Amino acid sequence: MESTTNNEITLTIDGRAVTVPAGTTILQAAREAGIEIPVICYHEATTSNGLCRTCVVEVEGARVLAASCVAQAAQNMVVHTRSERVLRSRRTILEMLSSAVDLSEAPEIQQMIEDYGADTQRFPAAQKREFALLDDNPMYVRDYSKCVLCWRCVQVCAEDAQYTYALSYNGRGFNTMISTFFNEPLPATTCVFCGQCVGVCPTNALKPRREWLLEQGKTPEEIIALTPKERRRRPQ
Amino acid sequence: MSNFDLSPLQEQLQSMQTQGRSALLPALHAAQEIYGYIPEAVAQEIGRSLGVPLADVHGVIEFYSLFYSAPPGQAVVHICTDIACALRGSEQVLETVCRHLGIREGGTSADGAFTVQRAPCLGLCEHAPAALVGKSAAGEINSHAVEDLLAGKLPAPRAIVGGTQRRLTKNCGKGRPTTLAEYLEGGGYAGLRRALSLSPGAVIDAVKDSGLVGRGGAAFPTGVKWEGAAQAPGEPKYVVCNADESEPGTFKDRVLMEDDPHLTLEGMIIAGYAIGAPKGYIYVRGEYLQSYKTLGDAVAEAEAAGYLGKNILGSGFDFEIELRLGAGAYICGEETALFESIEGKRGFPRLKPPFPTTSGLFGKPTVINNVETLCNIPFILAEGPEAFRRAGTEKSPGTKLFCLSGDVKSPGVYEVPFGVSLRYLLDDLAGGMRSGSPLQTVLVGGAAGAFATPDQLDVEMSFEGLKSAGLPLGSGVVLAIDQTHDLRQVLLNLARFFAHESCGKCYPCQLGTQRQFEILGRVAAGEAQSEDVARLSDVGWTMGDASICGLGQTAATATLSAIRLWPEMFGAS
Repeated sequence: MESTTNNEITLTIDGRAVTVPAGTTILQAAREAGIEIPVICYHEATTSNGLCRTCVVEVEGARVLAASCVAQAAQNMVVHTRSERVLRSRRTILEMLSSAVDLSEAPEIQQMIEDYGADTQRFPAAQKREFALLDDNPMYVRDYSKCVLCWRCVQVCAEDAQYTYALSYNGRGFNTMISTFFNEPLPATTCVFCGQCVGVCPTNALKPRREWLLEQGKTPEEIIALTPKERRRRPQ
Repeated sequence: MSNFDLSPLQEQLQSMQTQGRSALLPALHAAQEIYGYIPEAVAQEIGRSLGVPLADVHGVIEFYSLFYSAPPGQAVVHICTDIACALRGSEQVLETVCRHLGIREGGTSADGAFTVQRAPCLGLCEHAPAALVGKSAAGEINSHAVEDLLAGKLPAPRAIVGGTQRRLTKNCGKGRPTTLAEYLEGGGYAGLRRALSLSPGAVIDAVKDSGLVGRGGAAFPTGVKWEGAAQAPGEPKYVVCNADESEPGTFKDRVLMEDDPHLTLEGMIIAGYAIGAPKGYIYVRGEYLQSYKTLGDAVAEAEAAGYLGKNILGSGFDFEIELRLGAGAYICGEETALFESIEGKRGFPRLKPPFPTTSGLFGKPTVINNVETLCNIPFILAEGPEAFRRAGTEKSPGTKLFCLSGDVKSPGVYEVPFGVSLRYLLDDLAGGMRSGSPLQTVLVGGAAGAFATPDQLDVEMSFEGLKSAGLPLGSGVVLAIDQTHDLRQVLLNLARFFAHESCGKCYPCQLGTQRQFEILGRVAAGEAQSEDVARLSDVGWTMGDASICGLGQTAATATLSAIRLWPEMFGAS
């Protein structure tokens, strides 16, 4: 599509004309017009991969829905952010997600589930992704039963921030999960415990160990007594 | 930390180092060849040598079914249990083999000789039920021949080829590869000679004038694709042949590669000349070891005879071809996932745009064509676009290879001009139904296809004819199902395939293929819940409308087609 000479484009979102610089994503254009589109995997600080598809919108003339976090706005584009098709996909994605993952510590997603009338019990007898919590280092714990596979931790560990490359994936498809090299404990990997992965995790699948121990009913004194050496040692 | 002698691997890694990460799959294959699997210390050595982060090496090993991070038996027995083989009793074969070895599915025999696994479609559907024992393919397995199967005594399946207009398959069906001498005798490489006498632009025009559209499933006009890559900025450009044929029920590309490898090469060389690419890759699926070997031999033959390499036929045009072997991932047939795989990554499809013609392999302008598509090119150049259009219909010019399988008398690859009827394929070419049971339905287009009913047999087999009947051409699958089969089992079988093959990148497909599989499990067991049709419809529509790539977008087309045709089938029984 052609952009205008001054590199600004005008499109219509939910009946509203919006003018934005060329190269703006539909998500950004909508936000500028005050239209909120829900996102799960999207984060300002990480590369957008269009994974969660909750940000899908209907673009008139397009065969399928577009992920607004990555699809660019174009001149004269007509976008619907809450059409019947969009709502059906969003609701179903949220229903499927809640049938697979422990979202108990993901308030933003819980809000979305409420907003879109998603039924968390829609899929009875559905297989969940359940894993034992990994407590293998003094800094943070990994509870992958809560992981929604947004990839943010993998990305900040790699080119998006730290260039540490400690994380990748086990399996594929439904059985995908974040992992280290041959599932080695984190101290045995290239991890430098920068904590950026914990910072971008949207569901508390990654959590500071201290916080987790407090939740387990440990007092601060007990926590210090529990891990004196680990707390003093700098990881290699 | 290792007890492994890394020296044989290190020797091989030396020659791969210049390719960096792109050599990751070849390196993993080489390692597995040496050690039987990929131990941690070996993976570490590969990562260090190629400059790939160790976590990424692990992620790649984990993604591909044919890489093992723990030792399997000396020979892995892959028994195909996908749709064509399932109709011919593959579940029973799997059970018998496991019982014979005293193991469960996925287990290894006590003597360490065999590991038995359920395999996705092996592309041997005309020989169903089929298996791969170690590196040897076997077909028409029955439960009485388990010992012969395991001993490798079953004969290698040979292509069964027929049809009314043998343009692409004229050299196929001999039961061995066509040699370069034979290929030349039959007019081979005349298309390349003609192309090299024209300007690249004129070659592209010829392909555009022919009206050829891609045979991989998306039906994109080939000439337009070539023109796009030719005009795109960026060097070097690449030609990629998509030989990752994995759509259940599809085996035509296997036949073309195994029986007439030079045809694919000639098509690629012409494409390279047309778009100005110095290099081409053929990405062959990991289960097609015979195709891989045959193509490799043909590349060597072509190089020696001056059809590949520097200054081809004195034209000044240089072109080389590198073969790549996949490692068990249907998704790598998706063009951008295939690029990722060549680049040494997990086979995740990329977001589009950008499209391959502007940013494809290694981010460079790339033409990626299916094997069958490329095999049409030599004819178009040698005989001209007009001659090409003499077969087929106005909107679907040329011939098409249909893969007939299932409950027909004579399964095989049949080449016919576009426009014949479905009835003609089933009755006149494939000999009608195999047993006394009448036709129940035909799965058209593959696992990602749709069902045709017996009253649709007069549908014209062309892009436009099928479209008006609401059926996809897909990869040319025509799989007949007689009335002895429970279609709910068929749907469950297709759903299992997609759940196994989803890459897991986007949520609709990652979650939807699993939920679809679970619900269809209930349906097939006669335990459907009243809400299950609504659930399947929501899951199916969401995958179709919101998934990133073609796999997710079509993972429910067969289910949705069945819901439309036979809603009563989804009730509790």
